[in-house]
Amino acid sequence: MANQMAHIYLYTRFERFGHWLQMLLILILLVTGLEVHGSFALMGYERAVSVHNFCGVAWLVLFAFLTFWVFTTGEWRQYAPTTKKMLDVIKYYGYGIFKGEPHPVPKRKHAKHNPLQRLTYLILAAALLPVQMITGLLYWGYNSWETLGLSSLSLTAVALVHLAGAFAVFSFIIVHVYMTTTGHTIFAHTRAMVTGYEYVEEGLEIEAWEKKGT
Amino acid sequence: MKIERWRPFWHTPVWFLSLILVIGILPVHADENEAPAAPGRTMARQAIKGAEAWSTVDHAKLQALNKNFATGAEITDACLSCHSEADAQFRESIHWTWLANGDREKGKAGYSLNNFCLSTNKLADESCLACHPGWGTRREAINCLACHSRKTMNFEEAFEDYQAFSVETDDESIEIAKEIQVSIQAAAQDIGRPVRDNCGSCHFYGGGGDGVKHGDLDSSLAKPSKSLDVHMGVDGQNFDCVRCHTTVSHHIAGRVYTTPAASHRKSLVEDDLAAKITCESCHTATPHRDGSKVNDHTDKVACQTCHIPEFAREKPTKLSWDWSQAGKLKDGKPYKTKDEFGQYDYMSIKGSMEWAKQVRPEYHWFNGSIRSLTLKDEITPGETVPVSRPVGGREDINSRIYPFKIHRGVQPYDTKTNRLLAPLLSGADGYWTTLDWQRALSTGMKAVDLEYSGDFEFVESTYVFPITHMVAPGEKALSCNDCHVNTGSRLSTLTGFYMPGRDAANPVNSMGWLLVLGSVVGILVHGVGRFFTNGNKEK
Repeated sequence: MANQMAHIYLYTRFERFGHWLQMLLILILLVTGLEVHGSFALMGYERAVSVHNFCGVAWLVLFAFLTFWVFTTGEWRQYAPTTKKMLDVIKYYGYGIFKGEPHPVPKRKHAKHNPLQRLTYLILAAALLPVQMITGLLYWGYNSWETLGLSSLSLTAVALVHLAGAFAVFSFIIVHVYMTTTGHTIFAHTRAMVTGYEYVEEGLEIEAWEKKGT
Repeated sequence: MKIERWRPFWHTPVWFLSLILVIGILPVHADENEAPAAPGRTMARQAIKGAEAWSTVDHAKLQALNKNFATGAEITDACLSCHSEADAQFRESIHWTWLANGDREKGKAGYSLNNFCLSTNKLADESCLACHPGWGTRREAINCLACHSRKTMNFEEAFEDYQAFSVETDDESIEIAKEIQVSIQAAAQDIGRPVRDNCGSCHFYGGGGDGVKHGDLDSSLAKPSKSLDVHMGVDGQNFDCVRCHTTVSHHIAGRVYTTPAASHRKSLVEDDLAAKITCESCHTATPHRDGSKVNDHTDKVACQTCHIPEFAREKPTKLSWDWSQAGKLKDGKPYKTKDEFGQYDYMSIKGSMEWAKQVRPEYHWFNGSIRSLTLKDEITPGETVPVSRPVGGREDINSRIYPFKIHRGVQPYDTKTNRLLAPLLSGADGYWTTLDWQRALSTGMKAVDLEYSGDFEFVESTYVFPITHMVAPGEKALSCNDCHVNTGSRLSTLTGFYMPGRDAANPVNSMGWLLVLGSVVGILVHGVGRFFTNGNKEK
């Protein structure tokens, strides 16, 4: 049974494009941000600042498109948090995965994220990233605080929240990239994010409308 | 069911497009060297267009100047026969009074002091008057030629010789007297606006020697290269001092004691009659290319901070002066020793001194005013006395971070009155003659009519000089990393605000890296676990 795998179209072209562009921007932002923060010297401070500013603004634009897409397509439902099977998923990654047990929540077209993913992505997209964007924008506009009536803001506070957010994103990336290796093969999930197709176990009902082009 | 196969990513137009987007991002500043010149430079070039000075008078042709002069005062009279208001104007100016405008207690001729030669003893110390713009050490007639003659000569000596030879009757003496008179007249006839040598004859030698005091003002600025001073460089803009130190009725723009050089940050764009004394007068407050982050710095960082990376770049300047070491004798006699620069680092009459070249400034918040002590101010013994210090702070919107030379001294104070002391240095009773502190101190304090208890000690002190000359060419200006860096930041002593790059060490940073490390360890443990339990996995 386990050998019989079905191939379902899970990630649309726009989603994949958004994901990888976002990955690239976040990676550049993280590296240049840490250079500006003083963690290391790589491309030079001045260049790091310009690249960071440019990517930050570019990311805002991309994020606006992604948000628009999520809401107009109704895909936002994929991120609605649930406690159903949450414990099972936690147990699976903490224990079952070592025993070769099957994933308790296989991917489906209408449920492509397990409860743990839903919660993580929701916190990421609705809290962490917006915090980074807001503090980043404020940081960027530091010289206009007075004109904007924000002179009571503290640069220290803004900078430290932005820094804390950056480390949270860094940590997410590490775990996220690792988690992509937990599919039926090491690169299965990564490939799915490139091609759009994910293998799921046969026998699970796949509705006709979920298949590409049919 | 159709199985999609892995395809190279560039086969999909979307990937190709995103690649182009990314390539578009990266070289965003690759062309920064080809960016148009800074607008501030263009503005400044406009401001000095047609700067060639011209005059309707050739002083050599004036009858009043074509006669014999037996004294300096006679020359002054000749000048004033046309320039009727010059005397009154000049006598009002600080160059003559040596007193601060407003607060007449302050000034060289008042109760102010420093940590070099300490005090003029209200001008009782005659050696100080070598720089006073009267004739010789007298303070009667003004000496117009000190600032306006293109010929520099020792008038004191010239007039003495002339007077001596002109009363003789032998041919040789008559001839010599004639020659001296010719050179005196030549000096009196070669007149113009002050040039660098005029100002420099005093200001380059402040503190009694070349480069002693300021650090950004010494004889290397008489004919500087562009790399030493981008404005004064003879191979560059070739500015005279008065190009920036503009003058109204003999009052010359510049910082004086408590008074800032300019009370407002105005450019000629806003006020075309503004003094050109600040950088912003000509360069504006946003001189760098549009959108450049450095323009965002000008509200908090003075231009000088980045554009004068080091001072005393060609000649050494004095960094410290310890009077408590003065008075040592070798074989019963006063002696001197020299350092690597050929400057005296010890003199029995002065104490020990340190010199340095290529000095990195120290940085302080500064609103343009300096607070300086007078002989009447009480000090706190045991603490370093700020004989002068910059006024300003981070919270003051008129303050910016500014470079300074700090001169560190050890100087005498009265242990009973807790006031700094002004010993007399030159003359028969002066310390330089007697090496006797008690005598020098009591004569010196008597001259300023202040109490001296008879008990003195030495105290450490600091004296500050804002650094504003020796502006380096743009490419030698500081870069971000001179300040925005963890270790060795030029602004490491300025605290109370967050500076990216400099302030990386903080709890959030430590916790952040701990989180990153924890994540890495976590996935490693999990991954290794999966690897070794893989056998359990049903194939």
